[in-house]
Formats: sequence, C-alpha cells, structure tokens
Amino acid sequence: MNSEPLAARSSAAEQQARRGASIIELAGVGKTFGSGEQTVHALGPLDLAIEAGSFVSIIGPSGCGKSTLLRLIAGLETPTQGQLRRNGATLDGPSREVGVVFQDHVLFPWATILDNVMLPADVMGLPRQRALERAHWLLELTGLKDFARHRSDMLSGGMKQRAAFCRALLADPAMLLLDEPFAALDALTREELSLELSRLWQELRRTALLITHSIDEAVLLGDRLIVMSRRPGRISLDIPIDLPRPRDVNTENHPRFLEIKHAARDLLFAGERG
Amino acid sequence: MAAAPFKSVIARATTPLIYVLLLILWEACVRFFKIPGWMLPAPSAIIAAAQDWAPELLHHSLVTLSETVFGFLVALALSLPLAILIAFTVTLRRLLYPILLGLQSVPKVALAPLVILWFGIGVLPKIVIVILVCFFPILVNVVAGLEAVPRAMLDLMHSLKASEPAIFRRLRIPIALPHLFTGCKIAITFAVIGAVISEFVAAQDGLGYLIMISTAQSQTPLAFAAIILLTLISIVLFYAVELVEKRFVTWTP
Repeated sequence: MNSEPLAARSSAAEQQARRGASIIELAGVGKTFGSGEQTVHALGPLDLAIEAGSFVSIIGPSGCGKSTLLRLIAGLETPTQGQLRRNGATLDGPSREVGVVFQDHVLFPWATILDNVMLPADVMGLPRQRALERAHWLLELTGLKDFARHRSDMLSGGMKQRAAFCRALLADPAMLLLDEPFAALDALTREELSLELSRLWQELRRTALLITHSIDEAVLLGDRLIVMSRRPGRISLDIPIDLPRPRDVNTENHPRFLEIKHAARDLLFAGERG
Repeated sequence: MAAAPFKSVIARATTPLIYVLLLILWEACVRFFKIPGWMLPAPSAIIAAAQDWAPELLHHSLVTLSETVFGFLVALALSLPLAILIAFTVTLRRLLYPILLGLQSVPKVALAPLVILWFGIGVLPKIVIVILVCFFPILVNVVAGLEAVPRAMLDLMHSLKASEPAIFRRLRIPIALPHLFTGCKIAITFAVIGAVISEFVAAQDGLGYLIMISTAQSQTPLAFAAIILLTLISIVLFYAVELVEKRFVTWTP
C-alpha cells in the first residue's frame, strides 16, 4: 500500500508537534434547549480537555447529551454556558480541520461514491488532482476501490459507512468526530468496522473523539474512556485505556479490557438504578 | 416449461387486445342499435372524418400544442426564481406565500372569461390562462423541494463550512429536482386543459375551438377526432416531461 498522500494543510510533522497539547478544551460547558417551562438541560456543566493525537471514547446512556457534546465540539451547536476552545481560541463554528462522521452515512444518493468522498474537496476548493489521489488512496484503504463509480444505493450499510469515513478523512483533518458511527449497522458489521477503524487510526493517528453506546467499541478503540451520567450529562468516569496497540479481536480477551469494561458497566448500571 | 414464453406474450397482449375488443364492440353497438352519427359516431366514421379533415386537424393541433408548451415554459421560467426567493427570504415568504396559496385555490378556469376581457381575443389570453394553471403546481412543489433537505445533510455541509451558494448548488438543487418534476408533470397536464378551456371561451383556432364549432354543427365525428388528438397531445407531453426527468434524476429519491 502507498503511503498517505497529504491533501491538505496540516503536515504529519505539525501533527507530531501538536501531539500532547490540548486541541479541545471545555471549561464549565453546558447546553440547554428551549426556554421557560420547556427548558431541557441537556448537558453539563462539564470540564474536558482532549489531547492532540489521542483517541477519546465517550460512552453514556441514551439521552445523556453525548451527541450534543459532539455537536458542540463540531461547532454545529453553541454552548449556553461555559468556555469552549479549539487550539486555544474560542470555538465559533465548524472548522475544516475537523472531520465529522455522523450516525447515518449521509451519502448523497445522486452522486457516485467517489464524488461523495470528494465533497469536502469540492466545497473547500482543494487542489483537485491531489484530492483525487487521496480519495482513491482512502477508498483502497477501506476496500471500496471497486465501488468508486457506484451509487450509494448499490452498497451495503457497512460499505456506506466506510465511504463516510473516507469523506471525513479526505481533507486530512487534524481531528475526527465520530457520532455513533456504527449505530445503524448490524452487530457483525459493527464489530468488523470498529476493528477496521482501529487499524485505520493506527495508520493515520488523528485526534479522534468517538461517541458510542457500546462499551466494547469504546474500550477497543480508545486511549481514554469517558463515561457520562444521565441527563444533564456529566463526566462520571475518566480513565486511560492502557491496552497495547495495535488492537484486534484478541484485545477483547485481555484481562485489562475486561476490567475497564466492567468498571464502565458498573457505573452505567448504577446510573440505571437511580 | 414451454408455456412460460407463451404466457408472457399473452400477458403483454392483454391490454391492446382489450382496447381492440372495446372498439369492435363500440362499432357493433352503433351499427346494431342504429345510433345516429351526430350522437355517437362509430370508430370507422371518426377515422373517415379525421382523414377528410386532416389538414385542419393538423393546423389546430399545432396551435393548441404550441400554446400549451409555450405557456408551460413561461410558467416554469416565472415560478423557479419566485420559488427560490420564497424559500430563502423570510419576508417574501410571509408576504407572498399566503397570497399565492390563496390564489392557488381559485379555480383558474373560472378566470378564463376575465382573462379574455383583459387581454382580448387571440393567442395572448390563451397563453395567459395556460401560465395561470401551470404556475402554481410548479411553484408549490419547488418551494417544498428546496425545503426538503434532510437535517443530517445540512449538518454535513455546515461541518465542512460550506457557503450558502455551495449548499444550494450541491444539496438543495439535487434534492429539489424530483419535486420540480412532480410539479411539471402536474402542470403539463393542467396546461392542456387550460389551453382547451381558453379556446372554448374565445378563440379562432385550436382543438378546443374545433370541438366547439364541430359539435355546434353536429359534426360529431370531427369533434371525436379532435378529442382523440387532444388526448394524444396530453400523453405525449406528459411522457416528454418524464423523459427529461429520467435524464436529470437518475437516482431514486
């Protein structure tokens, strides 16, 4: 396999230099929706710092505001309280340095897979030839090479989500936000794709934030596990996942994997009981 | 096993066969019950009349066809920019949309005599009526289409910091296209009706006019020939729109 063609601004060296520094900082960030009687306190207030180059998994019961947290970090929502910074500056909207993978693949049904993957390049006006090279490289990496000219409705759910990953990675973002990316898939495809994501991350090493409601997924993929409590979501556990990389199916039998998994599960079920 | 191809031939031939049988039945009834030709002409009489009047039928067909197509195209050209304005300007939307929706409920056919009063007799009032009946279905469908963009797709575009023009071009137009064609298919059918109505009210040519005068003169076979031509125009135009749709909308919404 060829090495990664760099289509965009942040070079690998820059990435390396930034590793360790906080790329995202939340201080007392909270979010409420609606007003008056209708007010829903969705999230926080919570503090959180995400180190550049790390893979952070966030898990929590449904409705705990974990998707809201991701949307805040993506710049798709604004916090109603607190300070939210990206690279030290107050976050004021989406950034082209951030790639988002949504719950649903959100591929345009009228475009081919290649055109879908190329969307960020088209929207951002990136040099076409280099972006094309990178798109083909990503499609090959995810096993979609032969489907570049297909429409999305010809692809299985797992393939569509792979294409969505390629699209999110096209502009070489410094950070990936993954909003329950496997939620719409069947159990087998989920497992297959999360192992693949682990492999992909091993290769690309971008800062990543994964929102999920699967404990296995969260522990398998992350360097750090954050467990959130019920609404309004707060951080109830924040521990490093000190499992060796690269990770594979066997990682799930590692004693440490089970330890972390049970710690998270106990907390989630404690939340369940009230 | 050998029966399978035979069965499929039968299945495909069923519909045309039914039409032919109905025509034969029609012919037989007219002859058997001695129904007068001015009341219900036999198919053979209609064909004979169509042959006798071929040049006139062609002329009037072309008049109706051109009014219909021209009016439809003008309505399309007027409604598209207006739909975009309504979909994107809050003020215009509040101001215009209720008025337009109200106007849409007016039976446009009832306006035909007024249009003749304002625009006189000739081609212009006929086209105005066609525009009136075509305009609203296209407008309403395009506005709905421009607003039918799924939130997740908008989130995706916003996450890429796409500008409004980029979102419009890459997302809203492809989403709105199937809606546009739905509107066009309704409009083109209405357009034929509009043209005929206007020719009924006041005109010197067109298939509607021909139907009026031929029934007034008890030339019923000629009226039937004109009605059949109108039906054909309607069908052909509908399929023409569908053909264009298939070229532009190659995905299933």
